[in-house]
Amino acid sequence: MFRVMAMIAACDEALRSAIGAGRATLSYYSPRGQEAVAAGFAAALRSDDYLVTTYRGMHDQIAKGVPLRPLLAEMVGRAAGTGKGKGGPMHISWPEVGLMVTTGVVGSGLPIAAGLAWAAQRQGAGRVAVVCFGDGATNIGAFHEACNLASLWSLPLVLLCQNNGYGEHTAFAGHQRTARVADRAAAYAMPGVTIDGNDPLAVHEAVAEAVALARAGGGPTLVEAVTYRLYGHVFGDRMAYIAKDELDAAWAAEPLTRFRAHLVESGVHSEESARAVEESCATEAAAVLDEVLALPGPGPEELLTDVVGP
Amino acid sequence: MSAGDVAGSDARSDAGDVVEQDVRSVRAAIQGALAEAMEADERVVLLGEDIADPGGGVFGVTKGLSSTFGADRVRDTPISEQAIVGAAIGAALGGLRPVAEIMFMDFLGICLDQLANHAAKLRYMSGGRTPVPMVLRVAVGGGLQVGAQHSQMLEAWLTHVPGLKVVVPSNAGDARALLLACIADDDPCVFIEQVPLLARKGVVYREPLSLGCATVTRPGRDVTVVTYGRQVHDALAVAESLAPDVEVEVVDLRSLAPLDEQAMVASVARTGRAVVLHEAVVTGGFGAELVARLSEQLFGRLRAPVLRVGAVDAPMPYAKGLESLALPGQQRLAAAIDAVMA
Repeated sequence: MFRVMAMIAACDEALRSAIGAGRATLSYYSPRGQEAVAAGFAAALRSDDYLVTTYRGMHDQIAKGVPLRPLLAEMVGRAAGTGKGKGGPMHISWPEVGLMVTTGVVGSGLPIAAGLAWAAQRQGAGRVAVVCFGDGATNIGAFHEACNLASLWSLPLVLLCQNNGYGEHTAFAGHQRTARVADRAAAYAMPGVTIDGNDPLAVHEAVAEAVALARAGGGPTLVEAVTYRLYGHVFGDRMAYIAKDELDAAWAAEPLTRFRAHLVESGVHSEESARAVEESCATEAAAVLDEVLALPGPGPEELLTDVVGP
Repeated sequence: MSAGDVAGSDARSDAGDVVEQDVRSVRAAIQGALAEAMEADERVVLLGEDIADPGGGVFGVTKGLSSTFGADRVRDTPISEQAIVGAAIGAALGGLRPVAEIMFMDFLGICLDQLANHAAKLRYMSGGRTPVPMVLRVAVGGGLQVGAQHSQMLEAWLTHVPGLKVVVPSNAGDARALLLACIADDDPCVFIEQVPLLARKGVVYREPLSLGCATVTRPGRDVTVVTYGRQVHDALAVAESLAPDVEVEVVDLRSLAPLDEQAMVASVARTGRAVVLHEAVVTGGFGAELVARLSEQLFGRLRAPVLRVGAVDAPMPYAKGLESLALPGQQRLAAAIDAVMA
């Protein structure tokens, strides 16, 4: 899990550096600060379990096992990308590891994930679906329709809300009166839990429990992982709507540093060996990004390919 | 015209061998196609509001299927259109072949994000990794006095989205063949069922039909009426009434995406005149696309401007007299034919 978190942070750093230096141009929704959620839930899943995520999804994609080369190539619109450069950073998919959809529309992944869970239920191979979304998504109709259907049909679905405190530029308290997203689960007669999303072990434990319930035919669970997005909504966000104290506190509780300290304290890593993991991730991420930036974009023959099937 | 439509019957379409004079209603043809598909392929599943027995859908189209194939394969859903279309997309991604039903086409507004942003685009955005083989059956109630929110032909919303296939059968035989083609297709298909057509009987043929194959339902040398769905029968009735003074050729497009542009252009190239007819309102309708293509292909060879006949640009009124005036009736088609022949 630590390596996954380090790799997420490393890819994020590589991309933000490249954008800042003008080497890459993309709308980038940094997941930095949410890497513990991804590392935790993915460790509770099988490779063939389904995942649906959102445009702020690179952490989920890396954790689920999407290879870096096609992932970063898609981020920068190269033919070697997951979608041949035709999807872009908001539309990554890699069915080989169960990543079926990354949506750019808030909340829209939930009904689709319910359908994947329905297929899994019918096929009876014990597969589950996980759908990731933000706190902002819990106000849109698609969320409620999917919760209701998943509950009604006892679908093997884990609804994982990565509550990072903001829906675009509106703080949680400004977009709902509910104290906790997990409270909404009661309306659908499903379990709802709130956990510290900056602790990968807590996330793993909660998601593993939800997955076990789903695999056993017990239906969906709404898991609310409370976390923070450290770089705002989109690259270039000046975050004028966030109080300095709040941001300072979030950085002080930053999950990678915190998990490193935990691992050192518990003797799993030394400070040096932990740093070595992070450095190797940084080196790999930078190298892969350099490599894919040198690759060609899709040719004009791709323009009308894949609109419909052959 | 709806009364004639309900009572009418179709001899046969252009293609295919007739098996033992299998005459069925459009409703029975659709139901039969669903049963055939489910029989042949375990992956075919149905979902929608009230589709299971005893109701079998508000128009009885899916009647009997849940009793035959089980209520977990013919699944009733809550009134929840985003969930229905989203679940169909997910099921398709997960290896099933879902056929979802939206009770009225007017309700597409509730789930258009799922259809237009997801079903239509997931193949392209993934470079071909995630095709979405699903069918969305939608009913349209125009002509039944069900008012402005249950009567709209909204096919132009759909043809404007690359990645969707849009199919509008005009008769029982085509309904069966086209629905089977949709279910076999690896892309999302919207199958439009005009309710006044459901009771109409016609010969069901066994030959398969590909999407994107228009047919000349009636040959004629003077003017082509390009149309689809239940307006095909209006066109045929008008053609009969004008013969032999004016020989009208009727082209039934059968699917709008893919569009058999070649068949349409070939017909109009022969006749030199065309009227485009559909039930949807005229402005921004699919007819405008057809006129544009005819103009692009045949500009110097047209003997008259191509005219459009459709519903008037107003919400569908409830009162019978007004609804009849709003819909593109046979009189307006005949007047348009007169105009292009003048």
